[in-house]
Amino acid sequence: MSAFTQLRLDGVSRRFGGQAALTELDLTIEAGEFIALLGPSGCGKSTALNCLAGLLPLTQGSIWQDERRIDTLPPERRGFGMVFQSYALFPHLTVRANIAFGLRMRRLPKEETRRRTAEAVRLVRLEDHVDKLPGQLSGGQQQRVAIARAVVFEPSLVLMDEPLSNLDAKLRLEMRTEIRRLHQSLGLTTVYVTHDQEEALSLADRLVVLREGRVQQIGSPRELHTRPANWHVADFMGYRNLWRGRVEQSEGARATVESSGHRLLGEVVGGLQPGAEAVVAVRPEDIRVDGPGETRNAMSATVEVVEYQGRELAAEARTDTGLLLHLRTEQRIAPGDQVKLAVDPQRLLVYPADASTQPDRLADAPGATR
Amino acid sequence: MSGAGPGRPLAHWQHRLAERGVDRQLWLLVPALVFVIALFLYPFFYGLTLSFQPTTGGPFSDYARFFSDSYERGTIWITLRIALPAALLNVLAAVPIAYRMRGRFRGKRLVTTLLVVPITLGTVLTAQGLLNFLGPTGWFNRILLATHLVDEPVRLTHNYWGVFFSLVITGFPFAFLLVLSYLSGIDPTLERAAATLGADWRRRFTRITLPLLMPGLATTFCLTFVLAFSVFPSAVLVGNPAGETRVISLAAYQAAYEQYDYPYASAIAMIMGFVELVIIAVVLAARSRFYTGSSGGKG
Repeated sequence: MSAFTQLRLDGVSRRFGGQAALTELDLTIEAGEFIALLGPSGCGKSTALNCLAGLLPLTQGSIWQDERRIDTLPPERRGFGMVFQSYALFPHLTVRANIAFGLRMRRLPKEETRRRTAEAVRLVRLEDHVDKLPGQLSGGQQQRVAIARAVVFEPSLVLMDEPLSNLDAKLRLEMRTEIRRLHQSLGLTTVYVTHDQEEALSLADRLVVLREGRVQQIGSPRELHTRPANWHVADFMGYRNLWRGRVEQSEGARATVESSGHRLLGEVVGGLQPGAEAVVAVRPEDIRVDGPGETRNAMSATVEVVEYQGRELAAEARTDTGLLLHLRTEQRIAPGDQVKLAVDPQRLLVYPADASTQPDRLADAPGATR
Repeated sequence: MSGAGPGRPLAHWQHRLAERGVDRQLWLLVPALVFVIALFLYPFFYGLTLSFQPTTGGPFSDYARFFSDSYERGTIWITLRIALPAALLNVLAAVPIAYRMRGRFRGKRLVTTLLVVPITLGTVLTAQGLLNFLGPTGWFNRILLATHLVDEPVRLTHNYWGVFFSLVITGFPFAFLLVLSYLSGIDPTLERAAATLGADWRRRFTRITLPLLMPGLATTFCLTFVLAFSVFPSAVLVGNPAGETRVISLAAYQAAYEQYDYPYASAIAMIMGFVELVIIAVVLAARSRFYTGSSGGKG
């Protein structure tokens, strides 16, 4: 198929009636990249994928494959492979016929179709099931058929729409590795839609975080993980502790924030003046329990709920002033324990609060749910 | 060892029955059973036994009489010649319209209503309309004459075509509604998947939708065929009941209510049912060659 060196999305927008589902998406995809579109449900990530596939016309913008404009082409002429969330296997065709479908549509010689289908079957290890109908396969096997069907004709781009969301946890981990392995061994270019940040971080070279149809941040997994661009992204990337506060003083990249009676020192992301409303974001695993040495950002709290999670415990604790903290620790703690907590200032991020700061999403007072 | 060993009490008898599907909900079947027995099974077996008790001759003499008389025998062919093409046309015409209408769009309810309205008309009103529209002095012929496309009126009523049109008008809404519901049962993602794999709309239809729709089309054909095969009012009203549209139900009617020969009429009714069963058996045998499992969701 027509390989490309660059695929460019230029102000891609899609509206449904009066509702904007996707607004001005600019993205350049290099050949061989693994891109994850990440965001909560309704953020426009699937809309973006369908626009890319040609299953949904754009309301604005254009898509360019090198110097060729492709957003006006129907899906069958784009030559992109797609894996659907529901797999969308043809129920009346055998596994072999499902996988061969794309090759048949390209009217390749019989011998070549046979050879490449067999190759793809081997790749996803379904040799024993080629003559079965999709309905006779397990979820994981159906998933592998869907992937084989989408890559067998060597598409210039593979689109995946939450392909793992219908699988159980164990299978999901296996298939994740499988997808990454296929991407590398076949030299595919992949755009992968998911709402699972862990999945996106482990698979992708670059992540695109969307919220309400708008790009929030584009960056490497490390950038997204350590430096979310705003508190919404932080929220999505696993910063479960989001506290409302007010900036007391700021100095360079550091600022001191007052939140529920605690004075917290942290790293500023985005500009903040003293007196400004702020949101403080901390990952549960960055809150240390009774740690030696660290005295900055210290709080004393009472443990309320403890969940056993194998090597670690996930716990909720409340400080004397009523601030609720989510934390993870390897120490053995129990509900009712008094603990000393501390956060490294480098791991405490301070964001400007914005207009859409929903009060119920942020803990700022005793009795707040999160 | 599993299960109920010695000394362990068995589960309560009601639970054991429920396990086999016997529970109080079975009472819900009673009305249907009463109807089936009173309105189908009893009349059927009554007619069957009656057909073997002719007024003269042995038990099979009425059947022999029907098949030895070419005027009577010919009604089977006449009926098939109307019913089969009408049923086929109904199904074939329903497919593209239903295919176009399967998604959601503005005005869908209005269009569906318009297409389904003929069901409510009844045969007599349809016949009246056909006579007005297609008759020798109807609008259709007047337009043809006025535009000099023909020199004399085209005969479209009181013959084969009148009955045929009537069957299409009354049968199409059934076919359309059935095909539409079968089509909506096919996951639309399948066609989207086929598109990303390089299939244009023609091949999406022939490779994916049509094969999945075929069992539904076969069922639809059977139902509209049965409706058309028992055609009676329109054969009289817009057909030529003495000649080319003397359908088999008309033969049975004449035996029963003009000759008052109930055993002979019953025999004709039995033959009629048998012919229908043969056609349905052939269609269903062909249907079983297609994939008949689920075609929505995960596949």
